[in-house]
Amino acid sequence: MRNAHAVVFKTLADPTRRAIFERLCRDGEQTVGALTARAKISQPAVSKHLGVLKHAGLVRDRHEGRQTHYSAQVGALAPLIDWTGRMTGFWESRFDDLEDLLKRMDQ
Amino acid sequence: MNQTSAETRSVVVEREFAFPPEKIWRALTQPHLIEEWLMKNDFRPVVGHHFSLRGDWGGVLDCEVFTIEPNRTLAYTWNFAHDNATLNLQSVVTFTLTPTDAGTRLRMEQSGFRPDQRQAFGGANAGWQQFFAKLEQVVARTD
Repeated sequence: MRNAHAVVFKTLADPTRRAIFERLCRDGEQTVGALTARAKISQPAVSKHLGVLKHAGLVRDRHEGRQTHYSAQVGALAPLIDWTGRMTGFWESRFDDLEDLLKRMDQ
Repeated sequence: MNQTSAETRSVVVEREFAFPPEKIWRALTQPHLIEEWLMKNDFRPVVGHHFSLRGDWGGVLDCEVFTIEPNRTLAYTWNFAHDNATLNLQSVVTFTLTPTDAGTRLRMEQSGFRPDQRQAFGGANAGWQQFFAKLEQVVARTD
């Protein structure tokens, strides 16, 4: 559970990625091209963000001909909607940073 | 992992680290180290010391040291004052360190807020607040 929380939080911590995800939530299924047209970044960059979102279970892709359509999987957010889950995710991600710090510290 | 009661709710996060309690204690109590994993701060390991935790989003948490038991227990208040009363948050964060064969088990418990203050949890991470508010609407529509 902690990993699922932390992955979702980390994935959505990036503002650009969050904007893409919000658009999919708001406007429904879209192609990479349609998402790129509205974003201020290149198509490969949009594709890369979509890959990270997909890995976190936040989006699903559907191939149709040469086009790939992406849609938001809002169910992946369920654990975060409640504040307890939200704070759990916050602390899990702080603990990740603490772990990184401990590895870098002397002794 | 989450405990819920009528009056207060608490969040518990536990993890085992492959390091001795003394080292984790330093990361929890030295300001330059706290900043690296949590937030900017003017913490001092003195009971009664008032300090702030400053988030990247611009929010400031008011804190006061409650408990200092070196290498074992650290507790401080984690309060977020807001003009909107429903966003006020009063909570206590308690870190407990327990030595294990492999290192240390670190337990964080945050407790003390009422259910009607649930929104205030965004205060601890306000950058998310608007985002979640929107998502709650989206999720409510899809249910």
